[in-house]
Amino acid sequence: MNRIFILAWRNIWRNKRRTIITIASVFFAILLALVMRSMQLGSYGHMIDTIVHSYTGHIQLHANGYWKDKTLDNSFEGSDSLTKVIESVEGISLVVPRLESFALASFSSKTKGVMVIGVDPAQENKLTDLSEKVVDGKWLTSETNGTALGQTLAKYLGVDIGDTLVLISVGYQGMSAAGVFRVSAILKLASPEMDNSFVFVPLQKAQDFYSAPGRLTSYAMLIDNNQKLAEEASDLQKILGKSHFEVMTWEQMMAQMMQQIEADNVSGLFMLAILYMIVGFGIFGTLLMMISERKRELAVMIAVGMKKTRLALVIASEVLFITLVGLCAGVAAAFPLIMYYYHHPVWLTGQTAEAMLNMGFDPVMPFALQSDFFIAQSLVILIIAFVAGIYPVISVFRITPSKDLRR
Amino acid sequence: MNVIEIKGLKKIYQETAVEVKAVNGIDLNVAQGEFTAIVGPSGSGKTTLLNLIGGLDTPTEGQVIVDGTDLGKLSSSQLIDFRLHNIGFVFQSYNLIPVLTAEENVEFIMHLQGVHKTKRQQRAKSLLTAVGLGDRINSRPAKLSGGQQQRVAVARALASHPKFVLADEPTANLDSKSTETLLEIMLKLNKEEGVTFVFSTHDQRVVQKARRVVTVEDGKVVSDIVKKNGHLHNESSETVSI
Repeated sequence: MNRIFILAWRNIWRNKRRTIITIASVFFAILLALVMRSMQLGSYGHMIDTIVHSYTGHIQLHANGYWKDKTLDNSFEGSDSLTKVIESVEGISLVVPRLESFALASFSSKTKGVMVIGVDPAQENKLTDLSEKVVDGKWLTSETNGTALGQTLAKYLGVDIGDTLVLISVGYQGMSAAGVFRVSAILKLASPEMDNSFVFVPLQKAQDFYSAPGRLTSYAMLIDNNQKLAEEASDLQKILGKSHFEVMTWEQMMAQMMQQIEADNVSGLFMLAILYMIVGFGIFGTLLMMISERKRELAVMIAVGMKKTRLALVIASEVLFITLVGLCAGVAAAFPLIMYYYHHPVWLTGQTAEAMLNMGFDPVMPFALQSDFFIAQSLVILIIAFVAGIYPVISVFRITPSKDLRR
Repeated sequence: MNVIEIKGLKKIYQETAVEVKAVNGIDLNVAQGEFTAIVGPSGSGKTTLLNLIGGLDTPTEGQVIVDGTDLGKLSSSQLIDFRLHNIGFVFQSYNLIPVLTAEENVEFIMHLQGVHKTKRQQRAKSLLTAVGLGDRINSRPAKLSGGQQQRVAVARALASHPKFVLADEPTANLDSKSTETLLEIMLKLNKEEGVTFVFSTHDQRVVQKARRVVTVEDGKVVSDIVKKNGHLHNESSETVSI
């Protein structure tokens, strides 16, 4: 076996220039693929993180039918026992209760339709980190009768800290709802839509306002690992049953965003496929040349007693060496680059940054650093090399010493 | 004792509309220890005959029996194994493996046979010394002259302790001095170690040194002359004058 590898290793360096060009093609392909993929997955991760931590959480629990018809009549009775059941599901790390509904918000002569979100201020802060988004005033506490609203909305209504905001709506089961709330905090929310319409009030005050004591419209949850999203949601749904509750993942709730990510992901993979196809043909061409110019030599080896299977192993080892050298060099070059940008993401400026801000995302291009895409891209290159090597290896079995020795 | 027995051997090629009878009914025996030259004009069937004897090609008709084994009954894989253990090959263009040194080229066959490293290194060195290349064992073929390469090829052919060595025009690409050296080595190995050589050649210097000369024309043996005690004896007829 050792001799086969020695033979293969020396063979690939017979035509140094050609081998270096082939190795370089593998090197640049894997480098480009890893960096591209890291950027793509990094930006998806950032988008998902922004979505999850700005509003939805990873999973939400609603009363059946709430997502289609978001009314307070589709709310459910929240309780400590229900919270404990949810928390008992392995992997769920945070459970946040909410009561949400629409209302008209008035101040002075301005009125605007808003989304009132009743939250447990401490729990909510763990999910959405709203206290860090306060630009004026202080984040809510459970005891205060305060409200926190987006700065665009505050600007529209002309309210300031300490002003009293009037909310009017229809409460649970058609009860009329009216209340006054002192503005405690003005927030800078990432999404322009949220910044222009969200009004946070302590949960109990919201329940009182909507005449819905103890009722909730959702539990938003965080899980430890987004990769296990579907699994966790399914586990929760199984435990709670399907008769009263619907369990939804952020992917289901943000279907449009998910489709955009998927479409972008497919286009990225398509680009990679083209790149790999070019590399595959490059490897194939090199191998074919290596075989055709050595047919006589290979015929001699068979003539003197080398089994064709062993000879095929030599050729397969040559494919493997060329690919592995390019692959290892590519991974070695990509890793520090990705590592650097993972810790120092690229901050965008100008119109691109503005566009991203308008979509509710930070103008940053983060890189992902996950072992899975390193492994996946390396495997893809190895599979391509394997496929490219099939024909040259098969051609070894077609060598006829009596004919090929005459070449 | 015959190491090679050929009975009614035919090889017919039908690559085009025309049928080519490369070997057309040859009967021939080669005994252990012979030094046999197969001669004949180009296209007479010498190389085809050697390919058939060496199991590199399969006959259309007839039998090649090497040391009691009918080569026609062996599968392609069995033939490769048979060649490895029983037949040594020397080719016109040396055909050494260019990425291996002289020693590694000789060792290569023994490696395929599964001989232990120490043993094969010892034998490779002793064979290369026997062919006068003891000081070039670490040279790759590109660093050796044509004559030296062919001597490595002879050492490689002998590495597996073959029943006989087949050489297809071994001196065709060599100058006269290299030819002489190579012939001396082959004759010495034949005399001292009893190695059986069967080779095709056009070269009169080689023919003169051969102790048996088989002439092939149009795929048939037209004469088979053995030199015995200074006399030429035609195996197919009577003794002829020297």
